[in-house]
Amino acid sequence: MKQVIHRKLSKNLLRSSLIILLAFTTVLSAQEGDPAKGKSLFNANCAACHQLDKKMTGPALRNVEQRLADDEGLDRAWIHAWVRNSPGVIKSGDAYANKVYNEFGGAAMTAFPQLSDDDINNILAYTAQEKAAPAQNAAVAVTGTDGGGSTSGVSNEIVLGALAVLFILLALGLYLVNKTLRRFAAAQNIELPETAKRTPLWKAFVQNQFLMIVVAIFFLLSSAYFVYGYLSQVGVDQGYQPVQPIHFSHKVHAGDNGIDCKYCHSSARVSKTSGIPSLNVCMNCHKSIYEYNGETSPEYSKEFYDGEIQKLYAAAGWNDADQKYTGESKPVKWVRIHNLPDFAYFNHSQHVTVAGVECQTCHGPVEEMEIMYQHAPLTMGWCINCHRETNVAVKDNAYYEKIHEELSKKYGVEELTAAQMGGLECGKCHY
Amino acid sequence: MSSNKKYWKSVEELNENSSIVETLKQNEFVEEIPTDEFLGDKETLESTSTTRRDFLKYIGFSTAAASLAACEGPVKKSIPYVVQPKEIIPGVANYYATTIANGFDFASVLVKTREGRPIKIENNSLAGTHGSANARVNASVLGLYDSLRVQGPKQDDKTISWGTFDAETTKQLTEIAAANKNIVLLTQTFASPSTDKLIAEFSEKYGNVSHVVYDAVSESAALDAYQAKYGERGLADYDFSKAMTIVSVGADFLGDWQGGGFDSGYAKNKVPNHGKMSRHIQFEANMSLSGANADKRVPVTPTEQKLALAKLYTLIVGGSVSVNLPEHIDAAVKKAAAELKAAGSKAVVVTGLQDVNAQTLVLEINQVLGSKAFNPSTPIKTRQGSNAQVAQLVTDMKAGKVAAIIMSGVNPIYTLPNAADFAEGLKKTELSIAFSLKEDETSSLTNYIAAAPHYLESWGDVELKKGHFALTQPTIRPLFDTRQFQDALLKWTGNDVSYHDYIKNTWNSDVLGGASFNQALHDGVFTSVAYAYNGASSKTVTTSETSLKDKKERTWVGGVIHGAAVGIGLKEEDKDEYITTTKTSTIAGSTTVNGVNVVSGVAAAKALASSAKSNGLELVLYSKTGMGDGQQANNPWLQEFPDPISRVSWDNYLTVSKSDAEKLGLENVHVATGALDGSYADVTVNGVTLKNVPVLIQPGQAKGSVGISFGYGRKLGLKDEMKTGVNAYELYNNFETVQDVTVKAASGMHEFACVQLHNTLMGRGDILKETTLEIFNTKDKSHWNPIPVVSLNHEETPVTSPDVDLWDEFDRSIGHHFNLSIDLNACTGCGACVIACHAENNVPVVGKEEVRRSRDMHWLRIDRYYSSDDTFEGDNEKKDGFSGLFGDNGSLGGFGEMEHPADNPQVSFQPVMCQHCNHAPCETVCPVAATSHGRQGQNHMAYNRCVGTRYCANNCPYKVRRFNWFLYNGNDEFDYHMNDDLGRMVLNPDVVVRSRGVMEKCSMCIQMTQKTILDAKRDGRQIKDGEFQTACSAACSSGAMIFGDINDKESKVAKLKEDNRMYHLLEHVGTKPNVQYQTKVRNTKEA
Repeated sequence: MKQVIHRKLSKNLLRSSLIILLAFTTVLSAQEGDPAKGKSLFNANCAACHQLDKKMTGPALRNVEQRLADDEGLDRAWIHAWVRNSPGVIKSGDAYANKVYNEFGGAAMTAFPQLSDDDINNILAYTAQEKAAPAQNAAVAVTGTDGGGSTSGVSNEIVLGALAVLFILLALGLYLVNKTLRRFAAAQNIELPETAKRTPLWKAFVQNQFLMIVVAIFFLLSSAYFVYGYLSQVGVDQGYQPVQPIHFSHKVHAGDNGIDCKYCHSSARVSKTSGIPSLNVCMNCHKSIYEYNGETSPEYSKEFYDGEIQKLYAAAGWNDADQKYTGESKPVKWVRIHNLPDFAYFNHSQHVTVAGVECQTCHGPVEEMEIMYQHAPLTMGWCINCHRETNVAVKDNAYYEKIHEELSKKYGVEELTAAQMGGLECGKCHY
Repeated sequence: MSSNKKYWKSVEELNENSSIVETLKQNEFVEEIPTDEFLGDKETLESTSTTRRDFLKYIGFSTAAASLAACEGPVKKSIPYVVQPKEIIPGVANYYATTIANGFDFASVLVKTREGRPIKIENNSLAGTHGSANARVNASVLGLYDSLRVQGPKQDDKTISWGTFDAETTKQLTEIAAANKNIVLLTQTFASPSTDKLIAEFSEKYGNVSHVVYDAVSESAALDAYQAKYGERGLADYDFSKAMTIVSVGADFLGDWQGGGFDSGYAKNKVPNHGKMSRHIQFEANMSLSGANADKRVPVTPTEQKLALAKLYTLIVGGSVSVNLPEHIDAAVKKAAAELKAAGSKAVVVTGLQDVNAQTLVLEINQVLGSKAFNPSTPIKTRQGSNAQVAQLVTDMKAGKVAAIIMSGVNPIYTLPNAADFAEGLKKTELSIAFSLKEDETSSLTNYIAAAPHYLESWGDVELKKGHFALTQPTIRPLFDTRQFQDALLKWTGNDVSYHDYIKNTWNSDVLGGASFNQALHDGVFTSVAYAYNGASSKTVTTSETSLKDKKERTWVGGVIHGAAVGIGLKEEDKDEYITTTKTSTIAGSTTVNGVNVVSGVAAAKALASSAKSNGLELVLYSKTGMGDGQQANNPWLQEFPDPISRVSWDNYLTVSKSDAEKLGLENVHVATGALDGSYADVTVNGVTLKNVPVLIQPGQAKGSVGISFGYGRKLGLKDEMKTGVNAYELYNNFETVQDVTVKAASGMHEFACVQLHNTLMGRGDILKETTLEIFNTKDKSHWNPIPVVSLNHEETPVTSPDVDLWDEFDRSIGHHFNLSIDLNACTGCGACVIACHAENNVPVVGKEEVRRSRDMHWLRIDRYYSSDDTFEGDNEKKDGFSGLFGDNGSLGGFGEMEHPADNPQVSFQPVMCQHCNHAPCETVCPVAATSHGRQGQNHMAYNRCVGTRYCANNCPYKVRRFNWFLYNGNDEFDYHMNDDLGRMVLNPDVVVRSRGVMEKCSMCIQMTQKTILDAKRDGRQIKDGEFQTACSAACSSGAMIFGDINDKESKVAKLKEDNRMYHLLEHVGTKPNVQYQTKVRNTKEA
């Protein structure tokens, strides 16, 4: 409540200063302002509701000043007034202010009394910038390098071709020399000694029973090895990388943007499952992030990513043009990647909250995965190895105080592994 | 030398002219094999284009295709919410307090839900009354997922919409009301303030509306008696924890007597405390749970019960009634009266006789005794039905006087003895609507079936006792297109509010008195202090005087306001004990209640005595612990639940005493497989005959009486497997549980599915230790609970000594070490733990055939033992007295005799589950190490490792391991809840569902202990005593099962381990179990 009162007070103050401001501002001042400062101010204050090129909670702001001046005949002073105290302007009966107010469903813009004239000018300078097309440029650049790569490929082929021709000539030469020498020998009646027929090597091999037995044993053992290897990988889906209904890039989210895993997979802290985030969690951010502006590659272009965001909107039932939920949602049928068998009980919160294990320990470098895959084998041997090697995080946990003291005395160690705590007992995971 | 001997295989061969022998010489079978039947007619066979070779090709291809398809792993989908409700976190359980009020069972419970699905019922510890769930309430969660529920409103077998339903029924009701014809609401007991109010509003709107409350198993006599005496329709509220002497005349108050729920109070005084425990004397005909728990049980027929009660009345209150009782019963009554008098205000008398006079006498006896266990200010409201009104309704309907009938929560076509009359009357109504979960016997005959929601999908409120309220709230969105009765009433009265809002309004105005509705909803219960005792009726003049018992010094800790201690200011032992001396001068007179004339005082005793006339055999109808009134007959858990007394599942039967069975030519035999077979009998009451009722010879059944339970013999609305038993309601004439009966043996034998075939203990005191209070108080532990000894170097050494142990002891002093203590004194055998175990651990139901083959899957069984002498002590003495094989004291004949239970045996219950032996015999014989021991004392079972050799089961001395002979889930051969998608929703996601060919057993609910540990780890705290629970210990409301960590020396279970009564099952085997038992002490001392 206090804040609101404070804001109202400042609104009133501002309203009175409005007229003074109006008097001193000129159209010329439009040329002033630092776009770089403006960008950071824009991102900090305006980006929650405004985009440069797209209508969101508020109107698109590119060239807003120019537009207002051209279409409505409003000058910068009006903008200053509006930004600092839009409800005031609306109340004053300003025609355009009320038009905008009604157009956006009667939601007044938050007042920003803390922004100075310079600040607003900087922001306006930022909005006056021409639209850059970084995505397209990047794509062009990529094709450029591709072209370069292919030219170097051509030169390699030429070298290799020349070498091949050289070798063929060489072989031909040798053949001719041999032929000529034989002709000479025949001409001079020199008999070439015949090589005596020996038992062929393979026959000798077959006749040697000892060798045969050794080979047979070797053959059987190695095939047994491979059969065992084959059988033990049945049901192990390490590297399983299914195609998901929406191309969700962990690389973009967790890597490029550094979002904490547990922001989306919040139930990992308290539950046995890490939880696939529900679509409302996605929409927390994607209400305002409607396009992709990060790095692209030929395979994953901006259009591709934007298309995936549209899929999310369709699933969540979000109408981006109206900025409203349609109510027609359809849940996303993700393909489950990590499938632990039913008879193995695994609890995320035990590992994440109690033990403080990093998600990456089991799930691998998720922040680098464009497409998510199963990193770990999820076999029992893999679980047990970790339990043998990992120390229990007993610090600052009153639960462990007594048992840690007693067990470390018993085993004569300072740090206890999960195995020493009883983490290898069958019933701890199988019930 | 050749012989001329002729060998023959069958007698038929001796008959020279036998055509069969002749045929068999030529053919293998007498009759031609009907190959044509399955090969079809020749023409089609010849004209078919599929040749044999094609057929083989198809087979080859499909096999190859199937095996190829199987090579690829299945793709599993995960579908998250679009908008996740903030209270649901996948993998974390939510609990909701709600109340079951289905007309028969009333209890405040907690419902455990996972991902929005209710999966288990637990006790609500905040509830002051009816807070413990019995076996049926525990099983009721499965009823939600019943695949045969009605999924939407129906009109004459057509599914309609609720809109149509509303329009048509409202129109018809309005027309009927306009024509000034009768509308009847026939409902279960709702005991709901909001529903009462709604019905009043409905009556106001339509006029000519009468509301008839109908309890399938009537308590009308007790209600009439109470109403006549106290001016309010209700049942007397007894708190057995305040009684030290309990005399019950035919009341199974540990069962379903007057709505049940008395067992936890009863159990409190059953455990010897400072050398004192309660004494319970039971006069009854059928062997009931109460009789089994009684310190003294006197088998008497209902007729004799009436006389005994009249006699008891004269002995305690005074007056003279001439009563002619057999000598031993007379003596028992006199002794009981003396004990009651001696106990004074700590005594209580109850009766289950459905007779107004009997009920009146009991109320008066308790009043004269000044019984503290009886609180007339808070009558129980959970039964309100009136026999007279129901009878009148049937007559009216038959006469065509009822134009519209709306039913809810009742199934009169099944439960009424004169169902045919009711059906005839139903045809004469213009409009009949049944709110029902099922298309059952009644709803299938009505014009409209209004699909009703399960109680876990409904709103509701209940006044369990006067001033004790409880709320019902939905724990899941309705699975089907259902509407509850109250919402329909709101529609009919043109009220737009939802029933939830209606309840909230009613509570805010009438009940809460300013307290928070949300708090009441959270707690599930609300106790109102505004309600006061509104006095006895004018017929009885009661003067009470309350005085301080003694004027001892009192330690005041807190403050004193108006002469009363505030809060916890006074130490428990110093609390003032008040004595209320009540003087009653009863004027023998009569009151008329619901058309029933109720007399009181000696006149009632005389009337009771004179009504006691017997014409041969008497039938006592009762309700079984598992099935109750039969509304949950389609619940496989309850069908497979073995009756605590007879240990028979999947059946009801005629219980007959041994001597009567011999007279009538009825028998029970064990067949070669070990299963039990029983004769059939035809049972005739008042011209109605139940044919082929299976007979079970019941030790302790009073001679001259037989019993049949209600709840079986349902025909509609349940799967074929559940159509078991016979319908005893057909014999329930005039709502009298006692009927004159004739029993005639019929041909054939019935196959029972009985899980315990050996009835007696054979003097093996090391299985079930029992002693008397006298010995317990006076003698040393070594006398009544000795530790078994073995010989070591010719010296007797206790088996607990490490010297005689084959094993090296593992140090278990670090971390948790779980123990479960089972108090045989407190265990009433109610079986709530058995069902709770099923629900928690996904224990499969195997069906009658498999149970008969002893392949039941119960992880927890409650063994029931009868003594073969009058007492178990007698058994032991007899066994110890054996000398030699033959002769009078020979063991050969002696053991044979001991196999037969006595006519009136002592009974003991013993819950047995995996004993989690520290030196487990099962673990050493497993060839694949599938079963192993944990440091916390639990015997682990890794199902995925088990290869099914069953060595472990063979080597288990307690026989607690269960083998999956078949795949019990998703298998049409076992068409129970695990065979349909709906029923599988009840499964606990934390426990794996076992597959065919693996051994399983009690895990000591390791998923629960692990969860408790994890919660503590996450919070970074130590675990307090009481946090560790198993499904059975949590379900046990009598305090018989205590679970905990014995390494926590302050825990209850650690103290119980040091208790003198503690012993281990078969201690001499040296298995060092982690389940302890507390020796049973019986208060046999007579006054």
